[in-house]
Amino acid sequence: MEKGSAMSLIIDKPAAPARQVPAKAAKRPAKRSGTPYAFLAPAMILFTLFLAAPIFYAGYLSLRKVQVSGLGLGAKSRTEVWAGLSNYARSLTDPDFLPSVLRVGAYGLIVVPTMLGLALLMALLLDAARTRESISKFARISIFLPYAVPAVVASLLWGFLYLPRVSPITDLFEAVGITAPNLLSSDLTLWAVANIAIWGGTGFNMIVIYTALRAVPTSLYESARIDGASDFTIAWRIKIPIVMPSLVMTFVFSLIATLQVFAEPMTLRPLANTISTTWTPLMKVYRDAFTRNDIYAAAATSVIIALATFIVSFGFLKLVGRRAFNQED
Amino acid sequence: MKTKYAPLMAALTAAALFTGTACSSSDSAEEVNPDEKVALTYWTWTPNMDKVVAAWNSANPNIQITVNKQDGGDPAVTKLLTAIKAGSGAPDIMQAEYQKIPTLVSSDAIADIAGEVGSLKDKFPEGSWNGVTLGSEAVYGVPQDSGPLMFFYRSDVFEKNGLAAPKTWDDYAAAAEKIHKADAKQYIGTFSATDAGLFTGLAQQAGASWWGVNGDAWSVNINDAATQKVASYWGGLVEKGVVDNKPMYTPEWNAALNDGTQVGWVSAVWAPGVLEGSAKDTKGKWKAAPMPQWDAASPATGNWGGSATSVTTQTKHKAQAAKFIAWLNSDPAALKLLATDANIYPAANDATSVLTTPPAFFSDQADYYTIAAEAAKATKPFTYGPNVNVAYSAFNDAFGKAAESKKAAAFTESLATIQQTTVDDLKNTGFNVAG
Repeated sequence: MEKGSAMSLIIDKPAAPARQVPAKAAKRPAKRSGTPYAFLAPAMILFTLFLAAPIFYAGYLSLRKVQVSGLGLGAKSRTEVWAGLSNYARSLTDPDFLPSVLRVGAYGLIVVPTMLGLALLMALLLDAARTRESISKFARISIFLPYAVPAVVASLLWGFLYLPRVSPITDLFEAVGITAPNLLSSDLTLWAVANIAIWGGTGFNMIVIYTALRAVPTSLYESARIDGASDFTIAWRIKIPIVMPSLVMTFVFSLIATLQVFAEPMTLRPLANTISTTWTPLMKVYRDAFTRNDIYAAAATSVIIALATFIVSFGFLKLVGRRAFNQED
Repeated sequence: MKTKYAPLMAALTAAALFTGTACSSSDSAEEVNPDEKVALTYWTWTPNMDKVVAAWNSANPNIQITVNKQDGGDPAVTKLLTAIKAGSGAPDIMQAEYQKIPTLVSSDAIADIAGEVGSLKDKFPEGSWNGVTLGSEAVYGVPQDSGPLMFFYRSDVFEKNGLAAPKTWDDYAAAAEKIHKADAKQYIGTFSATDAGLFTGLAQQAGASWWGVNGDAWSVNINDAATQKVASYWGGLVEKGVVDNKPMYTPEWNAALNDGTQVGWVSAVWAPGVLEGSAKDTKGKWKAAPMPQWDAASPATGNWGGSATSVTTQTKHKAQAAKFIAWLNSDPAALKLLATDANIYPAANDATSVLTTPPAFFSDQADYYTIAAEAAKATKPFTYGPNVNVAYSAFNDAFGKAAESKKAAAFTESLATIQQTTVDDLKNTGFNVAG
């Protein structure tokens, strides 16, 4: 889902044409009519129906709760009442909530730098090998391919590799006489889950960075070479600064994906004792809504996660915004 | 007039049947008209249920049932509760696991059919019947199948180690140790933190009943002496390392059953179906035995799985739906189909007469269903509460940690956590809770 919103962010980005519209409209005020609204209508209706309305409904639900009376077995023993902020209070004070947030923080510290570092490295290597187009194309597709594998399928695949008794990795370790580590033990689970995300996400980020690199005019490198710059200097001094906006963008997307990590641990959970039902905040939302049938608590936690995602991603953009995008002005 | 319009009505009804919307077109005043044709939908996840239903449909042209296959107990309940909340979209008839019935009743999702089903009480064991009445005058469904616990073991491995099927839990512990000592890769079984249902059955055998009704308040007794005994027993075996601590129903567990590293399984009467899928290379080597006992003098067992068939509160044809589910779960012809086509162990007392040949995976064991019937009779009473899911997910988390730590103390401490979580949830929702 984060991938979808990522795309719409890109599309929404250009702000420049918007400035021209009022100017044109001002020239011909007589012709002002409902036409623009008609064009806007499909987008607005879809936005209202499928984004705004659910958000408001979630907000509404987060302020409600079910009140049962007595044994709760009679037909009319269940009523929905206003709950104030009690769902939020319960969510934030849930003993499982803070550990799940911290766990996702640690997960992000592993995933985001590793994934983006690998993506950047591979993009630079591929860009350096520009001349050998066929090899570069093959490598690009192979690196990108895991991104096309759905997270659930990827997790099942890796799950098989992690389970000691069915894993060929264990066989390899045993062949050389070493006891294989149990990758789903409490010390290693976080790394095992992070590995799946890195495997799946590196390709996408690599393509984004690589595309930005390809847009750099080669004349820049030629003049750098004339000035005596080595390949490393070119990468460090020219390429990386130029692709900085892409790096910032991929960082924000990765950050959002990290906060929403769900499919991988959810799929691995039945295979291991070490992944609880509230392993990540989103898993807690799922448990509350679908295991406990408490959509009200789930709505409250969802709102908290949405707000946190909003603050973290826009906070980061504001922090780096000027430095990252200054060449655009 | 009636004759004049009859062909038209029939055509309309037939058309409605095809579109599956017949239920909404008739109103409840006509409910008792025996000539009325009704189409009912039935949510179930039991395989081949459509074959059983086909027998009913051909004999009852006026009550036509359409089976709508579900993914399983949990997703079906989620879907049903959503439909109930939305006010439409629920089926007429619904398969409901025993442990979900209080939740469904408390959400006003399934109807009391005491007036419609008449006296079926005598046709079922007391434990199963109690599961659909919740100890009240109401009847919230008709028991379909039950899952009395039994013990399954690799007779070749047991023989090689000079062991017989364990009669008591002490025997089981001794066998566990002996098997693991003889071959460090072999285990008599595993303690699975992902299967709360099995642990509930084990606690039930020891005499626990986790929920209860005291007047107009619920009581919760997950941390009682009987459950403590069971938790500390399994914790002890896991701590010693003679019982594995990996979850069941994983690719790894399947491999262990098939390659002979797991040589026993405390499971229910439906186990042959699972073993056939997971451990097909070991066919003919498994035997079924009664459950190991805490007190061999008074045999007891618990349940793992099993479900009832209920009528939802959204149906417009309660009487017809009730008639069908009474037939489905108590008529000897239907029981035969349930046992042979749907491969379930019917809850009705009459089931013993139709279950004569043992399941294919245990074809050498002629007394398979005799053992099962003894087990079903010895099932201890157990009451489920309205928030079983909360307790079960708390079980997954607490016992997941305990199993990973391999500490017996962590097993017994987990029960206090589950008890606390369950009581807090009930109180938070507003249920009256005793104590």
